[in-house]
Amino acid sequence: MYTLIAIAGLGIICLIAEIFNLRKAIVPITILGLLGSLALTVPDFGHYYRYFNSMVITNNFSAAFSCLFIILTIFLIALTPDFHKEHKAKLSDFVAIKLFLLTGAIAMVCFGNLAMFFLGIEILSIALYVLAASQPKNLKSNEAGMKYFLMGAFASGFILFGIALIYGATGSFDTSVIYGKILENQPMPAWYFIGIVMMSIGLLFKIAAVPFHFWAPDVYEGSPALTTATMSTLTKVAAIAAFFKLMTSLNLTVPGTYITIISIVSILSMTVGNITALVQTNVKRMLAFSGISHAGFMLMVFFNPIETPGTLLYYTAAYAFAGIAAFAVILSVCGDKGNEEVYNFNGLGKRNPLMAAVLTCSLLSMAGIPIFSGFFAKFFLFNQVLSTGHVAIVIIAILNSIVSVGYYFKLILAMYTKEATSEVQPTPVMYTIVAVLSIALNIAMGLQPDFVLGLLKI
Amino acid sequence: MENILQQIGIENYIYLSTLLFCVGIFGVLYRRNAIVMFMSIEIMLNAVNLLLVAFSTYHQDATGQVFVFFSMAVAAAEVAVGLAILVAVYRNLNNIDIDNLKNLKG
Repeated sequence: MYTLIAIAGLGIICLIAEIFNLRKAIVPITILGLLGSLALTVPDFGHYYRYFNSMVITNNFSAAFSCLFIILTIFLIALTPDFHKEHKAKLSDFVAIKLFLLTGAIAMVCFGNLAMFFLGIEILSIALYVLAASQPKNLKSNEAGMKYFLMGAFASGFILFGIALIYGATGSFDTSVIYGKILENQPMPAWYFIGIVMMSIGLLFKIAAVPFHFWAPDVYEGSPALTTATMSTLTKVAAIAAFFKLMTSLNLTVPGTYITIISIVSILSMTVGNITALVQTNVKRMLAFSGISHAGFMLMVFFNPIETPGTLLYYTAAYAFAGIAAFAVILSVCGDKGNEEVYNFNGLGKRNPLMAAVLTCSLLSMAGIPIFSGFFAKFFLFNQVLSTGHVAIVIIAILNSIVSVGYYFKLILAMYTKEATSEVQPTPVMYTIVAVLSIALNIAMGLQPDFVLGLLKI
Repeated sequence: MENILQQIGIENYIYLSTLLFCVGIFGVLYRRNAIVMFMSIEIMLNAVNLLLVAFSTYHQDATGQVFVFFSMAVAAAEVAVGLAILVAVYRNLNNIDIDNLKNLKG
Protein backbone atom coordinates (compact mmCIF):
# COMPACT_ATOMS: atom_id res chain seq x y z
CA MET A 1 0.00 0.00 0.00
CA TYR A 2 2.79 2.41 0.93
CA THR A 3 4.43 1.41 -2.34
CA LEU A 4 1.40 2.67 -4.22
CA ILE A 5 1.41 6.04 -2.46
CA ALA A 6 5.18 6.42 -2.72
CA ILE A 7 5.20 5.80 -6.46
CA ALA A 8 2.31 8.17 -7.16
CA GLY A 9 4.16 10.77 -5.09
CA LEU A 10 7.35 10.12 -7.01
CA GLY A 11 5.51 10.79 -10.27
CA ILE A 12 4.36 14.16 -8.99
CA ILE A 13 7.87 14.98 -7.74
CA CYS A 14 9.12 14.33 -11.28
CA LEU A 15 6.70 16.85 -12.71
CA ILE A 16 7.65 19.41 -10.06
CA ALA A 17 11.38 18.85 -10.60
CA GLU A 18 10.96 20.07 -14.17
CA ILE A 19 9.52 23.37 -12.89
CA PHE A 20 12.52 23.90 -10.61
CA ASN A 21 15.02 23.28 -13.41
CA LEU A 22 16.25 19.97 -12.05
CA ARG A 23 15.93 18.13 -15.35
CA LYS A 24 19.32 16.41 -15.03
CA ALA A 25 18.36 15.01 -11.64
CA ILE A 26 15.01 13.52 -12.68
CA VAL A 27 16.17 10.09 -13.81
CA PRO A 28 18.63 9.48 -10.93
CA ILE A 29 16.04 10.64 -8.37
CA THR A 30 13.37 8.44 -9.93
CA ILE A 31 15.57 5.36 -9.98
CA LEU A 32 16.61 5.94 -6.36
CA GLY A 33 12.97 6.50 -5.43
CA LEU A 34 11.95 3.29 -7.16
CA LEU A 35 14.69 1.38 -5.34
CA GLY A 36 13.31 2.90 -2.14
CA SER A 37 9.79 1.73 -2.95
CA LEU A 38 11.22 -1.70 -3.72
CA ALA A 39 12.54 -1.68 -0.16
CA LEU A 40 9.08 -0.59 1.03
CA THR A 41 7.47 -3.54 -0.76
CA VAL A 42 9.77 -6.29 0.53
CA PRO A 43 8.43 -6.21 4.15
CA ASP A 44 4.97 -7.05 2.76
CA PHE A 45 6.11 -10.64 2.11
CA GLY A 46 4.55 -13.13 4.47
CA HIS A 47 1.86 -10.79 5.73
CA TYR A 48 -1.75 -10.21 4.84
CA TYR A 49 -2.93 -6.64 5.29
CA ARG A 50 -6.15 -4.89 4.38
CA TYR A 51 -6.26 -1.14 3.94
CA PHE A 52 -9.11 1.37 3.43
CA ASN A 53 -12.06 -0.95 3.99
CA SER A 54 -10.22 -3.69 2.09
CA MET A 55 -9.90 -1.54 -1.02
CA VAL A 56 -6.23 -2.55 -1.07
CA ILE A 57 -5.08 -5.99 0.06
CA THR A 58 -1.40 -6.81 0.18
CA ASN A 59 -0.17 -10.38 0.37
CA ASN A 60 2.66 -12.45 -1.05
CA PHE A 61 1.17 -12.41 -4.54
CA SER A 62 0.82 -8.63 -4.71
CA ALA A 63 4.22 -8.03 -3.10
CA ALA A 64 6.02 -10.35 -5.52
CA PHE A 65 4.40 -8.87 -8.60
CA SER A 66 4.86 -5.31 -7.32
CA CYS A 67 8.59 -6.02 -6.97
CA LEU A 68 8.69 -7.38 -10.51
CA PHE A 69 6.87 -4.30 -11.89
CA ILE A 70 9.16 -1.92 -10.03
CA ILE A 71 12.28 -3.65 -11.36
CA LEU A 72 10.90 -3.54 -14.91
CA THR A 73 10.08 0.15 -14.54
CA ILE A 74 13.59 0.90 -13.28
CA PHE A 75 14.95 -0.64 -16.50
CA LEU A 76 12.45 1.21 -18.67
CA ILE A 77 13.16 4.55 -17.02
CA ALA A 78 16.91 3.99 -17.33
CA LEU A 79 16.37 3.67 -21.10
CA THR A 80 14.27 6.84 -21.31
CA PRO A 81 16.82 9.70 -21.43
CA ASP A 82 18.80 8.24 -24.33
CA PHE A 83 15.68 7.31 -26.25
CA HIS A 84 14.17 10.79 -25.95
CA LYS A 85 17.43 12.70 -26.36
CA GLU A 86 15.86 14.87 -29.07
CA HIS A 87 12.98 15.88 -26.80
CA LYS A 88 14.85 16.82 -23.66
CA ALA A 89 12.11 19.22 -22.59
CA LYS A 90 9.59 16.39 -22.40
CA LEU A 91 11.74 14.08 -20.28
CA SER A 92 9.84 14.74 -17.05
CA ASP A 93 6.54 13.94 -18.78
CA PHE A 94 7.79 10.63 -20.13
CA VAL A 95 9.22 9.60 -16.77
CA ALA A 96 6.15 10.75 -14.83
CA ILE A 97 3.76 8.93 -17.17
CA LYS A 98 5.76 5.73 -16.74
CA LEU A 99 5.55 6.13 -12.97
CA PHE A 100 1.77 6.62 -13.12
CA LEU A 101 1.59 3.57 -15.35
CA LEU A 102 3.44 1.65 -12.64
CA THR A 103 0.94 2.93 -10.07
CA GLY A 104 -1.86 1.48 -12.16
CA ALA A 105 -0.02 -1.81 -12.58
CA ILE A 106 0.49 -2.15 -8.83
CA ALA A 107 -3.14 -1.24 -8.12
CA MET A 108 -4.09 -4.06 -10.50
CA VAL A 109 -2.35 -6.71 -8.38
CA CYS A 110 -3.24 -5.49 -4.89
CA PHE A 111 -6.91 -4.69 -5.32
CA GLY A 112 -9.47 -5.96 -2.83
CA ASN A 113 -12.37 -4.26 -4.48
CA LEU A 114 -13.48 -4.18 -8.10
CA ALA A 115 -13.46 -0.35 -8.01
CA MET A 116 -9.73 -0.41 -7.29
CA PHE A 117 -9.21 -2.98 -10.02
CA PHE A 118 -11.06 -0.82 -12.54
CA LEU A 119 -9.14 2.29 -11.55
CA GLY A 120 -5.85 0.41 -11.80
CA ILE A 121 -6.56 -0.91 -15.27
CA GLU A 122 -7.67 2.54 -16.45
CA ILE A 123 -4.65 4.35 -15.00
CA LEU A 124 -2.43 1.86 -16.78
CA SER A 125 -4.33 2.10 -20.06
CA ILE A 126 -4.65 5.88 -20.21
CA ALA A 127 -0.93 6.28 -19.52
CA LEU A 128 -0.24 3.87 -22.36
CA TYR A 129 -2.52 5.67 -24.83
CA VAL A 130 -0.47 8.79 -24.22
CA LEU A 131 2.83 6.93 -24.60
CA ALA A 132 1.70 5.14 -27.78
CA ALA A 133 0.82 8.45 -29.44
CA SER A 134 3.79 10.31 -27.97
CA GLN A 135 5.29 11.26 -31.36
CA PRO A 136 2.55 13.62 -32.56
CA LYS A 137 4.23 14.37 -35.90
CA ASN A 138 4.72 10.73 -36.81
CA LEU A 139 1.67 9.31 -38.55
CA LYS A 140 2.52 5.76 -37.50
CA SER A 141 2.58 6.74 -33.85
CA ASN A 142 -0.75 8.57 -34.30
CA GLU A 143 -2.28 5.54 -35.88
CA ALA A 144 -0.97 3.26 -33.14
CA GLY A 145 -2.28 5.59 -30.45
CA MET A 146 -5.68 5.86 -32.11
CA LYS A 147 -6.03 2.11 -32.57
CA TYR A 148 -4.87 1.38 -29.06
CA PHE A 149 -7.22 3.99 -27.65
CA LEU A 150 -10.27 2.70 -29.51
CA MET A 151 -9.56 -0.94 -28.68
CA GLY A 152 -8.60 -0.14 -25.09
CA ALA A 153 -11.70 1.94 -24.43
CA PHE A 154 -13.83 -0.75 -26.08
CA ALA A 155 -12.29 -3.37 -23.78
CA SER A 156 -12.78 -1.12 -20.74
CA GLY A 157 -16.46 -0.90 -21.64
CA PHE A 158 -16.68 -4.69 -21.50
CA ILE A 159 -14.84 -4.85 -18.18
CA LEU A 160 -17.13 -2.20 -16.74
CA PHE A 161 -20.25 -3.99 -17.95
CA GLY A 162 -18.95 -7.19 -16.37
CA ILE A 163 -18.33 -5.41 -13.08
CA ALA A 164 -21.86 -3.95 -13.15
CA LEU A 165 -23.41 -7.38 -13.73
CA ILE A 166 -21.35 -8.97 -10.94
CA TYR A 167 -22.43 -6.13 -8.66
CA GLY A 168 -26.02 -6.74 -9.65
CA ALA A 169 -25.75 -10.44 -8.82
CA THR A 170 -23.95 -10.10 -5.50
CA GLY A 171 -24.67 -6.57 -4.26
CA SER A 172 -21.04 -5.79 -3.56
CA PHE A 173 -17.78 -4.77 -5.23
CA ASP A 174 -15.67 -6.32 -2.48
CA THR A 175 -13.99 -9.48 -3.77
CA SER A 176 -14.14 -11.28 -0.42
CA VAL A 177 -17.87 -10.53 -0.04
CA ILE A 178 -18.46 -11.78 -3.61
CA TYR A 179 -16.46 -14.90 -2.83
CA GLY A 180 -18.54 -15.42 0.32
CA LYS A 181 -21.75 -15.18 -1.70
CA ILE A 182 -20.51 -17.88 -4.07
CA LEU A 183 -19.57 -20.14 -1.15
CA GLU A 184 -23.10 -19.86 0.25
CA ASN A 185 -23.90 -22.01 -2.75
CA GLN A 186 -27.19 -20.40 -3.58
CA PRO A 187 -27.83 -20.55 -7.32
CA MET A 188 -26.32 -17.39 -8.74
CA PRO A 189 -28.38 -15.42 -11.25
CA ALA A 190 -27.30 -15.80 -14.88
CA TRP A 191 -25.95 -12.22 -14.87
CA TYR A 192 -23.13 -13.29 -12.62
CA PHE A 193 -21.69 -15.69 -15.18
CA ILE A 194 -22.28 -13.24 -18.02
CA GLY A 195 -20.41 -10.69 -15.94
CA ILE A 196 -17.44 -13.03 -15.44
CA VAL A 197 -17.33 -13.73 -19.18
CA MET A 198 -17.51 -10.01 -20.04
CA MET A 199 -14.65 -9.21 -17.66
CA SER A 200 -12.63 -12.06 -19.15
CA ILE A 201 -13.20 -10.70 -22.64
CA GLY A 202 -12.01 -7.27 -21.54
CA LEU A 203 -8.89 -8.68 -19.94
CA LEU A 204 -8.13 -10.97 -22.86
CA PHE A 205 -8.17 -7.81 -25.00
CA LYS A 206 -5.61 -6.26 -22.68
CA ILE A 207 -3.27 -9.26 -22.70
CA ALA A 208 -3.72 -9.62 -26.48
CA ALA A 209 -4.87 -13.25 -26.61
CA VAL A 210 -6.39 -14.64 -29.82
CA PRO A 211 -9.20 -13.88 -30.90
CA PHE A 212 -8.80 -10.45 -29.27
CA HIS A 213 -5.28 -9.85 -30.51
CA PHE A 214 -5.76 -8.00 -33.81
CA TRP A 215 -4.77 -4.61 -32.43
CA ALA A 216 -1.48 -5.80 -30.95
CA PRO A 217 0.79 -6.09 -34.05
CA ASP A 218 -0.24 -2.69 -35.46
CA VAL A 219 0.06 -0.92 -32.13
CA TYR A 220 3.40 -2.56 -31.32
CA GLU A 221 4.80 -1.65 -34.72
CA GLY A 222 3.57 1.94 -34.79
CA SER A 223 4.39 3.00 -31.24
CA PRO A 224 7.80 4.41 -30.36
CA ALA A 225 10.11 1.47 -29.60
CA LEU A 226 10.38 2.23 -25.89
CA THR A 227 6.60 2.24 -25.57
CA THR A 228 6.50 -1.10 -27.35
CA ALA A 229 8.98 -2.37 -24.79
CA THR A 230 6.71 -1.14 -22.00
CA MET A 231 3.64 -2.70 -23.58
CA SER A 232 5.15 -6.06 -24.27
CA THR A 233 6.72 -6.46 -20.82
CA LEU A 234 5.15 -4.42 -18.03
CA THR A 235 1.61 -4.16 -19.39
CA LYS A 236 1.32 -7.75 -20.49
CA VAL A 237 2.63 -9.03 -17.15
CA ALA A 238 0.35 -6.68 -15.20
CA ALA A 239 -2.71 -7.70 -17.20
CA ILE A 240 -2.11 -11.43 -16.87
CA ALA A 241 -1.35 -11.09 -13.14
CA ALA A 242 -4.54 -9.07 -12.64
CA PHE A 243 -6.53 -11.62 -14.63
CA PHE A 244 -5.14 -14.43 -12.48
CA LYS A 245 -5.79 -12.58 -9.23
CA LEU A 246 -9.29 -11.61 -10.32
CA MET A 247 -10.28 -15.13 -11.29
CA THR A 248 -8.80 -16.73 -8.19
CA SER A 249 -10.28 -14.15 -5.84
CA LEU A 250 -13.74 -14.45 -7.36
CA ASN A 251 -13.76 -18.19 -7.89
CA LEU A 252 -10.89 -20.30 -6.64
CA THR A 253 -12.02 -23.55 -8.19
CA VAL A 254 -12.46 -22.55 -11.78
CA PRO A 255 -15.47 -24.39 -13.25
CA GLY A 256 -15.10 -26.84 -16.12
CA THR A 257 -16.78 -24.86 -18.88
CA TYR A 258 -14.58 -21.89 -18.13
CA ILE A 259 -11.51 -24.12 -18.39
CA THR A 260 -12.70 -25.18 -21.84
CA ILE A 261 -12.92 -21.56 -22.97
CA ILE A 262 -9.51 -20.74 -21.54
CA SER A 263 -7.91 -23.79 -23.15
CA ILE A 264 -9.34 -22.86 -26.56
CA VAL A 265 -8.09 -19.28 -26.22
CA SER A 266 -4.73 -20.52 -25.01
CA ILE A 267 -4.25 -23.00 -27.89
CA LEU A 268 -5.39 -20.44 -30.48
CA SER A 269 -3.08 -17.77 -29.07
CA MET A 270 -0.05 -20.04 -29.13
CA THR A 271 -0.69 -21.37 -32.61
CA VAL A 272 -1.83 -18.21 -34.38
CA GLY A 273 0.85 -16.10 -32.66
CA ASN A 274 3.68 -18.43 -33.58
CA ILE A 275 2.63 -19.18 -37.13
CA THR A 276 2.06 -15.53 -38.00
CA ALA A 277 5.36 -14.57 -36.40
CA LEU A 278 7.18 -16.86 -38.84
CA VAL A 279 6.46 -14.59 -41.81
CA GLN A 280 7.20 -11.21 -40.19
CA THR A 281 10.13 -9.09 -41.31
CA ASN A 282 9.70 -6.28 -38.79
CA VAL A 283 11.27 -7.12 -35.46
CA LYS A 284 8.74 -5.21 -33.37
CA ARG A 285 5.89 -6.91 -35.19
CA MET A 286 7.57 -10.29 -34.74
CA LEU A 287 7.93 -9.68 -31.01
CA ALA A 288 4.25 -8.66 -30.90
CA PHE A 289 3.25 -12.04 -32.30
CA SER A 290 5.74 -13.74 -30.01
CA GLY A 291 4.05 -11.87 -27.15
CA ILE A 292 0.66 -13.19 -28.29
CA SER A 293 1.97 -16.74 -28.21
CA HIS A 294 3.50 -16.17 -24.77
CA ALA A 295 0.13 -14.89 -23.57
CA GLY A 296 -1.23 -18.27 -24.66
CA PHE A 297 1.41 -20.06 -22.59
CA MET A 298 0.70 -17.83 -19.59
CA LEU A 299 -3.03 -18.59 -19.81
CA MET A 300 -2.18 -22.23 -19.10
CA VAL A 301 -1.75 -21.34 -15.41
CA PHE A 302 -5.54 -21.33 -15.08
CA PHE A 303 -5.63 -25.12 -15.29
CA ASN A 304 -4.20 -25.45 -11.82
CA PRO A 305 -4.73 -22.08 -10.16
CA ILE A 306 -4.07 -23.22 -6.61
CA GLU A 307 -0.50 -24.35 -7.25
CA THR A 308 0.58 -22.14 -10.12
CA PRO A 309 1.01 -18.58 -8.75
CA GLY A 310 4.74 -19.23 -8.28
CA THR A 311 5.04 -20.55 -11.81
CA LEU A 312 3.15 -17.57 -13.18
CA LEU A 313 5.55 -15.22 -11.41
CA TYR A 314 8.51 -17.18 -12.72
CA TYR A 315 7.20 -17.34 -16.29
CA THR A 316 6.26 -13.66 -16.44
CA ALA A 317 9.56 -12.57 -14.89
CA ALA A 318 11.55 -14.72 -17.32
CA TYR A 319 9.57 -13.39 -20.28
CA ALA A 320 9.73 -9.77 -19.15
CA PHE A 321 13.48 -9.72 -18.45
CA ALA A 322 14.20 -11.36 -21.79
CA GLY A 323 11.89 -8.80 -23.43
CA ILE A 324 13.61 -5.84 -21.79
CA ALA A 325 17.03 -7.15 -22.86
CA ALA A 326 15.83 -7.70 -26.43
CA PHE A 327 14.27 -4.24 -26.65
CA ALA A 328 17.37 -2.55 -25.21
CA VAL A 329 19.33 -4.06 -28.13
CA ILE A 330 16.62 -3.13 -30.64
CA LEU A 331 16.68 0.47 -29.37
CA SER A 332 20.44 0.65 -29.76
CA VAL A 333 20.46 -0.91 -33.25
CA CYS A 334 17.42 0.84 -34.74
CA GLY A 335 17.73 4.04 -32.70
CA ASP A 336 17.56 6.59 -35.53
CA LYS A 337 16.86 4.36 -38.52
CA GLY A 338 13.11 4.94 -38.41
CA ASN A 339 12.25 1.28 -38.97
CA GLU A 340 12.92 -2.03 -37.25
CA GLU A 341 13.31 -4.40 -40.19
CA VAL A 342 15.41 -7.53 -39.70
CA TYR A 343 18.13 -6.37 -42.15
CA ASN A 344 19.16 -3.68 -39.65
CA PHE A 345 20.56 -6.49 -37.53
CA ASN A 346 22.78 -7.92 -40.29
CA GLY A 347 26.34 -8.34 -39.08
CA LEU A 348 25.65 -7.19 -35.54
CA GLY A 349 27.67 -10.17 -34.29
CA LYS A 350 30.85 -8.54 -35.66
CA ARG A 351 30.02 -4.89 -35.11
CA ASN A 352 28.86 -5.15 -31.53
CA PRO A 353 29.46 -8.65 -30.17
CA LEU A 354 28.18 -7.85 -26.67
CA MET A 355 24.77 -6.58 -27.80
CA ALA A 356 24.48 -9.43 -30.31
CA ALA A 357 25.20 -11.92 -27.51
CA VAL A 358 22.58 -10.30 -25.26
CA LEU A 359 19.95 -10.39 -28.00
CA THR A 360 20.80 -14.04 -28.75
CA CYS A 361 20.47 -14.95 -25.07
CA SER A 362 17.13 -13.20 -24.70
CA LEU A 363 15.71 -14.79 -27.85
CA LEU A 364 16.93 -18.21 -26.72
CA SER A 365 15.27 -17.61 -23.37
CA MET A 366 11.97 -16.75 -25.05
CA ALA A 367 12.28 -19.84 -27.24
CA GLY A 368 12.89 -21.99 -24.16
CA ILE A 369 16.47 -23.25 -24.46
CA PRO A 370 18.03 -24.55 -21.21
CA ILE A 371 20.18 -22.48 -18.85
CA PHE A 372 17.97 -19.48 -19.58
CA SER A 373 15.00 -19.08 -17.29
CA GLY A 374 12.55 -19.28 -20.19
CA PHE A 375 13.22 -23.00 -20.41
CA PHE A 376 12.61 -23.64 -16.71
CA ALA A 377 9.48 -21.46 -16.79
CA LYS A 378 8.01 -23.62 -19.54
CA PHE A 379 9.23 -26.79 -17.82
CA PHE A 380 7.53 -25.99 -14.49
CA LEU A 381 4.39 -24.78 -16.21
CA PHE A 382 4.04 -27.91 -18.36
CA ASN A 383 4.75 -30.09 -15.35
CA GLN A 384 1.95 -28.52 -13.34
CA VAL A 385 -0.51 -28.63 -16.18
CA LEU A 386 0.36 -32.29 -16.78
CA SER A 387 -0.40 -33.07 -13.15
CA THR A 388 -3.98 -31.92 -13.73
CA GLY A 389 -4.31 -34.32 -16.67
CA HIS A 390 -4.43 -31.90 -19.61
CA VAL A 391 -2.01 -33.85 -21.79
CA ALA A 392 -3.24 -32.61 -25.16
CA ILE A 393 -2.65 -28.94 -24.44
CA VAL A 394 0.88 -29.64 -23.19
CA ILE A 395 1.69 -31.47 -26.43
CA ILE A 396 0.38 -28.53 -28.46
CA ALA A 397 2.39 -26.13 -26.32
CA ILE A 398 5.60 -28.12 -26.85
CA LEU A 399 5.03 -28.23 -30.62
CA ASN A 400 4.52 -24.47 -30.51
CA SER A 401 7.78 -23.95 -28.63
CA ILE A 402 9.54 -25.84 -31.42
CA VAL A 403 7.90 -23.65 -34.08
CA SER A 404 8.88 -20.51 -32.19
CA VAL A 405 12.57 -21.44 -32.45
CA GLY A 406 12.17 -20.89 -36.21
CA TYR A 407 11.53 -17.17 -36.10
CA TYR A 408 13.83 -16.45 -33.20
CA PHE A 409 16.68 -18.03 -35.17
CA LYS A 410 15.88 -15.90 -38.20
CA LEU A 411 17.09 -12.90 -36.23
CA ILE A 412 20.05 -14.75 -34.72
CA LEU A 413 21.16 -15.93 -38.18
CA ALA A 414 20.89 -12.39 -39.53
CA MET A 415 23.19 -11.18 -36.77
CA TYR A 416 25.89 -13.80 -37.18
CA THR A 417 25.90 -14.98 -40.79
CA LYS A 418 25.10 -11.92 -42.90
CA GLU A 419 27.39 -9.02 -43.74
CA ALA A 420 26.68 -5.62 -42.29
CA THR A 421 24.71 -3.31 -44.59
CA SER A 422 24.97 -0.09 -42.62
CA GLU A 423 27.72 1.70 -40.77
CA VAL A 424 28.40 1.28 -37.08
CA GLN A 425 26.70 3.65 -34.72
CA PRO A 426 27.71 4.17 -31.11
CA THR A 427 25.62 2.43 -28.46
CA PRO A 428 24.65 4.60 -25.48
CA VAL A 429 26.19 3.24 -22.28
CA MET A 430 22.81 3.02 -20.54
CA TYR A 431 21.41 0.68 -23.19
CA THR A 432 24.33 -1.69 -22.68
CA ILE A 433 23.99 -1.60 -18.89
CA VAL A 434 20.24 -2.28 -18.98
CA ALA A 435 20.60 -5.04 -21.57
CA VAL A 436 23.37 -6.82 -19.66
CA LEU A 437 21.70 -6.43 -16.25
CA SER A 438 18.36 -7.72 -17.38
CA ILE A 439 19.78 -10.72 -19.23
CA ALA A 440 21.94 -11.41 -16.15
CA LEU A 441 18.78 -11.42 -14.01
CA ASN A 442 17.21 -13.80 -16.51
CA ILE A 443 20.16 -16.21 -16.35
CA ALA A 444 20.36 -15.89 -12.56
CA MET A 445 16.72 -16.92 -12.36
CA GLY A 446 17.53 -19.88 -14.57
CA LEU A 447 20.34 -20.95 -12.22
CA GLN A 448 18.34 -20.42 -9.02
CA PRO A 449 14.70 -21.13 -9.89
CA ASP A 450 13.80 -22.13 -6.33
CA PHE A 451 14.24 -18.61 -5.02
CA VAL A 452 11.54 -17.09 -7.25
CA LEU A 453 9.21 -20.08 -7.01
CA GLY A 454 9.62 -20.09 -3.21
CA LEU A 455 8.28 -16.53 -2.95
CA LEU A 456 4.76 -17.72 -3.61
CA LYS A 457 4.84 -21.18 -2.00
CA ILE A 458 1.76 -21.86 0.03
CA MET B 1 -45.29 3.75 -1.23
CA GLU B 2 -44.28 1.19 -3.76
CA ASN B 3 -40.83 1.55 -5.16
CA ILE B 4 -40.71 2.63 -8.81
CA LEU B 5 -38.10 -0.06 -9.40
CA GLN B 6 -40.51 -2.76 -8.23
CA GLN B 7 -43.21 -1.49 -10.55
CA ILE B 8 -40.97 -1.59 -13.58
CA GLY B 9 -38.86 -4.59 -12.62
CA ILE B 10 -35.09 -4.88 -12.60
CA GLU B 11 -35.11 -7.04 -15.74
CA ASN B 12 -36.31 -4.17 -17.87
CA TYR B 13 -33.44 -2.01 -16.69
CA ILE B 14 -31.03 -4.77 -17.61
CA TYR B 15 -32.61 -5.13 -21.05
CA LEU B 16 -32.48 -1.38 -21.64
CA SER B 17 -28.85 -1.03 -20.67
CA THR B 18 -27.85 -4.14 -22.63
CA LEU B 19 -29.59 -2.65 -25.64
CA LEU B 20 -27.78 0.67 -25.19
CA PHE B 21 -24.50 -1.21 -24.75
CA CYS B 22 -25.10 -3.07 -28.02
CA VAL B 23 -25.89 0.22 -29.78
CA GLY B 24 -22.48 1.41 -28.59
CA ILE B 25 -20.73 -1.78 -29.75
CA PHE B 26 -22.24 -1.62 -33.22
CA GLY B 27 -21.43 2.07 -33.41
CA VAL B 28 -17.75 1.32 -32.76
CA LEU B 29 -17.73 -1.58 -35.21
CA TYR B 30 -19.60 0.00 -38.13
CA ARG B 31 -19.04 3.76 -38.09
CA ARG B 32 -15.86 5.08 -39.70
CA ASN B 33 -15.81 8.59 -38.29
CA ALA B 34 -13.56 8.80 -35.23
CA ILE B 35 -15.80 11.27 -33.38
CA VAL B 36 -18.83 9.00 -33.84
CA MET B 37 -16.75 6.08 -32.58
CA PHE B 38 -15.87 8.08 -29.46
CA MET B 39 -19.53 8.86 -28.96
CA SER B 40 -20.37 5.17 -29.28
CA ILE B 41 -17.80 4.32 -26.63
CA GLU B 42 -19.41 6.92 -24.39
CA ILE B 43 -22.80 5.29 -24.99
CA MET B 44 -21.30 1.95 -23.90
CA LEU B 45 -19.95 3.48 -20.70
CA ASN B 46 -23.19 5.32 -19.97
CA ALA B 47 -25.21 2.15 -20.47
CA VAL B 48 -23.08 0.64 -17.74
CA ASN B 49 -23.67 3.67 -15.52
CA LEU B 50 -27.41 3.25 -15.93
CA LEU B 51 -27.12 -0.41 -15.04
CA LEU B 52 -25.02 0.37 -11.97
CA VAL B 53 -27.52 2.92 -10.70
CA ALA B 54 -30.43 0.54 -11.28
CA PHE B 55 -28.66 -2.25 -9.38
CA SER B 56 -27.72 0.20 -6.66
CA THR B 57 -31.39 0.99 -6.07
CA TYR B 58 -32.30 -2.67 -6.37
CA HIS B 59 -29.88 -3.65 -3.61
CA GLN B 60 -30.57 -0.48 -1.55
CA ASP B 61 -26.81 0.04 -1.46
CA ALA B 62 -25.01 3.28 -2.26
CA THR B 63 -21.68 1.84 -3.43
CA GLY B 64 -23.02 1.35 -6.93
CA GLN B 65 -23.75 5.05 -7.22
CA VAL B 66 -20.29 5.92 -5.94
CA PHE B 67 -18.84 3.60 -8.55
CA VAL B 68 -20.70 5.58 -11.21
CA PHE B 69 -18.71 8.66 -10.20
CA PHE B 70 -15.48 6.72 -10.65
CA SER B 71 -16.55 5.49 -14.03
CA MET B 72 -17.64 8.96 -15.17
CA ALA B 73 -14.32 10.47 -14.09
CA VAL B 74 -12.42 7.72 -15.87
CA ALA B 75 -14.51 8.15 -19.02
CA ALA B 76 -13.80 11.88 -19.02
CA ALA B 77 -10.06 11.29 -18.64
CA GLU B 78 -10.13 8.68 -21.38
CA VAL B 79 -11.94 10.91 -23.85
CA ALA B 80 -9.59 13.80 -23.08
CA VAL B 81 -6.66 11.64 -24.17
CA GLY B 82 -8.62 10.29 -27.12
CA LEU B 83 -9.47 13.75 -28.42
CA ALA B 84 -5.84 14.80 -28.10
CA ILE B 85 -4.84 11.84 -30.27
CA LEU B 86 -7.61 12.77 -32.69
CA VAL B 87 -6.25 16.32 -33.02
CA ALA B 88 -2.79 14.90 -33.75
CA VAL B 89 -4.27 12.66 -36.45
CA TYR B 90 -6.20 15.58 -37.95
CA ARG B 91 -3.04 17.71 -38.15
CA ASN B 92 -1.31 14.98 -40.14
CA LEU B 93 -4.15 13.85 -42.39
CA ASN B 94 -6.61 16.76 -42.48
CA ASN B 95 -9.50 14.40 -41.82
CA ILE B 96 -10.59 11.99 -39.13
CA ASP B 97 -11.76 9.04 -41.18
CA ILE B 98 -10.55 5.83 -39.54
CA ASP B 99 -10.14 4.16 -42.96
CA ASN B 100 -7.17 6.42 -43.69
CA LEU B 101 -5.30 4.92 -40.78
CA LYS B 102 -4.02 1.78 -42.42
CA ASN B 103 -0.32 2.32 -42.88
CA LEU B 104 0.54 -0.48 -40.51
CA LYS B 105 0.11 -3.78 -42.28
CA GLY B 106 2.33 -6.78 -42.51
